[in-house]
Amino acid sequence: MSGAWVWRVSRWLLLLAFAAFFLLPLVALLDFSTAVPRTGGRTGAAWQSLLEDPQMTAAIKTSLLLALFTVIGMVVLLVPTMIWVKLRVPRATRLVEFLCLLPLTIPALVIVVGIKNVYAWVTYLVGDSAMTLTFIYVVLVLPYAYRSIDAALSSIDARTLSEAARSLGAGWFTVITRVITPNIWPGVLGGAFISVALVLGEYTVSSLLNYETLPVVIVLLSKSDAPQSMAASLASILFAAALLVVLSFLDRRRRTPGGK
Amino acid sequence: MTSTAPLAPAAPDSKPGRGRRLSVGPSWGLLPFLVFIGIFLLIPTVTVVVGAFQNEAGGFSLEKVQALGGDTPLRALRQSIVLSFTSALVGAVLGALLAYLVVTAPPSSILRRAVTSICGVLAQFGGVTLAFAWIATLGFSGLLTDLMANAFGTDPNGSSWLYELPGLILVYSYFQIPLMVIVFLPALEGLRPQWREAAVNLGATTSQYWLQVAFPLLRPAFLGSALLLFANAFAAYATAAALVSQGAPITPLLIRSALTSEVVLGQANFGFALALEMIVVVAIVMGLYAWLLRRTSRWLG
Amino acid sequence: MKPITSLVSVVALISTAALAGCAPPEDNSSDSAGSSDAASATSVADFGTMDDLIAAAQEEGELNVIALPPDWANYAEIISTFADKYDIKVNSAQPDAASQDEINAADQLKGTDRAPDVFDLGQSVALANTDMFAPYKVETFDSIPEEFKDADGTYVNDYGGFMSVGYDSTVVPEIDSLEDLLGPEFKGKVALNGDPTQAGAAFSGVVMASVVNGGSVDDIAPGVEFFKKLKAAGNFLPVDPTAATIESGQTPVVIDWDYLNAAEATNVEGWMSYVPAEAPIAGYYFQAINADAPHPAAARLWQEFLFSDEGQNLWLAGGARPVRAEAMAEAGTLDQELYDALPEVAGEPIIPTNEQTELMAAYLADNWAKAIS
Repeated sequence: MSGAWVWRVSRWLLLLAFAAFFLLPLVALLDFSTAVPRTGGRTGAAWQSLLEDPQMTAAIKTSLLLALFTVIGMVVLLVPTMIWVKLRVPRATRLVEFLCLLPLTIPALVIVVGIKNVYAWVTYLVGDSAMTLTFIYVVLVLPYAYRSIDAALSSIDARTLSEAARSLGAGWFTVITRVITPNIWPGVLGGAFISVALVLGEYTVSSLLNYETLPVVIVLLSKSDAPQSMAASLASILFAAALLVVLSFLDRRRRTPGGK
Repeated sequence: MTSTAPLAPAAPDSKPGRGRRLSVGPSWGLLPFLVFIGIFLLIPTVTVVVGAFQNEAGGFSLEKVQALGGDTPLRALRQSIVLSFTSALVGAVLGALLAYLVVTAPPSSILRRAVTSICGVLAQFGGVTLAFAWIATLGFSGLLTDLMANAFGTDPNGSSWLYELPGLILVYSYFQIPLMVIVFLPALEGLRPQWREAAVNLGATTSQYWLQVAFPLLRPAFLGSALLLFANAFAAYATAAALVSQGAPITPLLIRSALTSEVVLGQANFGFALALEMIVVVAIVMGLYAWLLRRTSRWLG
Repeated sequence: MKPITSLVSVVALISTAALAGCAPPEDNSSDSAGSSDAASATSVADFGTMDDLIAAAQEEGELNVIALPPDWANYAEIISTFADKYDIKVNSAQPDAASQDEINAADQLKGTDRAPDVFDLGQSVALANTDMFAPYKVETFDSIPEEFKDADGTYVNDYGGFMSVGYDSTVVPEIDSLEDLLGPEFKGKVALNGDPTQAGAAFSGVVMASVVNGGSVDDIAPGVEFFKKLKAAGNFLPVDPTAATIESGQTPVVIDWDYLNAAEATNVEGWMSYVPAEAPIAGYYFQAINADAPHPAAARLWQEFLFSDEGQNLWLAGGARPVRAEAMAEAGTLDQELYDALPEVAGEPIIPTNEQTELMAAYLADNWAKAIS
């Protein structure tokens, strides 16, 4: 039928148009970061300096460490809390959900504007280091981590599992860490991956608190060495993309009927 | 009391480290979480709200809030709203279209998985990297500017609209469209094929099905997603901060100026007032979103 | 269970909310490396001799500076000369920061080892934060003219320059007056170094435009008007000029301090500067020592170095006018060759007072964004 054929063709054309729109800036980043000015040759110098420029490598390390600590903080704080709420304090579900989604309503910019006093305490107690950003980052990733873990938690019968474990003599700690968490692991992992992607790209808080994380350094370097900034930008996107692609494969594994 | 139920609350190790049996036992488990949120989310918010009503000396004063009605902040607010509205509209329409293209593909096809993963990446991908990607495309000696200069002889620099409001709209749309796909796809998937079959059985044409069945069903979800996009654009800072350096065309950049300006001093409390303004706008939008979400779940949950 | 949960939640929330208003940061007992003697020294005499000061500074071993770009008035050479001469490690943080960022950093890092030891600030920020400075009179204090220092040495002007228009003469025609910038040859080419509501250099640029167009340091409206016309003609580029943008040709015309344009001339062939004869807007920066400096002796040694003949001549090499230029010229220690190479400036330098700056800044805050949108 020609109607269906027209539809199929236009579908692919539209998809191609979208693909072009989304790929264009990424290709432009690659082009800019490898171009030699005024001559039109190609060079990998900018990419090389990603590994050599001390400011850049320090920033990459800082950002990666921050991502790691944020994930740990998120897992330690959120997972037990959500499991606890689900099993022991179901009335608090609304409250916890509201609090976890609150960072979507209170922009990071507002949080950093009002956090000066809190931060004075934090640096006094813990010392001054970019790692103190972890606390704010855990707050920022809460909505995404919450959704991911909540979806996983709702898809298992946590109550039955916990009752079974308890009747076999397990304490609550064991229930949380050795019974429930392994069953929602894909959800936790999903939240972790999104957190990493978010932390690697976070600029608002780190720039206004004057810490040198990767995005901050990308902006700083753009004033003196634009190709390097472009290379760093593309590298961080590709890294985040790789993470999320891995996540999508984990998602697929979760949906495959496993033990039911 | 020999036959207590197996699930008696507050067994001795109900919470690691707690030996006592308290009648509020289970709720204490929430304490770490609540304290953490309280310190790192609620205190800053309260600081902002309180600080907006203080003057430099610390006393109560409405002057900073009143200053929000000045020319520059009002202009910034108006342009923020225009930016958010336009990019949300573009994102919503094009995103819904893309979502539809995806949802009509077979569920396990490569296309759907690829698009959903890519959208997942791009939606998170706002910020500094996005700004630089577009500078590399449309800025000075950018890919597209050079191409267009060579092909059509247009000015290789443009009029630098990329660094002003029109540029922001374009760049914001780049992450709004994928965000729309992610948020709206579940709603599209919730459109049961049985409804279409029923409509066809009753003699509806394709356009009648869409106009009278599908669109009304999707409208709350669509509007809700568009509102989410609006709030997302309104609260965004990093992309604009990396892209715009001259003038403060939107409210978040005006906040930056208030905090870091070395020319107009003593603006910290004005910054609080601006931040309060942002909270209010986003809260209103998110409230509407939550309400629409509840309406959607009735049909498509 | 519900009331208890709510109670716990409410109690937790209320207590944290109550902490919000009254959570003053603990006053960190500064365990700074230097002895408290160094922190209260007001001149070399408090240390003994210059060698004693040098010894005390070397014992501290480090100096934290902030917001000193390497290509700004030759700071790269100044920093390296100081570091080599006295064997002290100089930690240069946030080279692209603005003056307010320096104060913010000092507040934020108070009591830590990373806090800035010394400041190099624009006028408004310096005069608004004098309670953060430690008074110190360098050896050469008396040879600094009265109008360029605080009587107690709380702050001292260190170097200055005039607002100028730098341009790539191979790309645009020679500039004889500010009106030239409105011509069609300058379409999409004129950049201002920053946003005048945020950055001091850009602010002075608008003042210059104002004075040229009939305004004065009491009236910045003609300056805003000028930029409005520039924007309407399509000549104004809302891009921050940097060394990279100048070299790539993205910003062929830059309104900035003359010493910054002089630095560009060494990088770009044909880069020239124009200072309007009828509007020599001068701006001096303010040097001060952080009262809570983690390395007080090193901070004071840095001051001594900057105001010595050697330091002043290094600034001169960067195209800036050192504050002791007159005294050094008389004593014959000024590098006359470099001094003569500075652009010719006729007329009385115009320096707005703090009050005038505040008034102009308020006008800008209300009108700048509108004018250039």
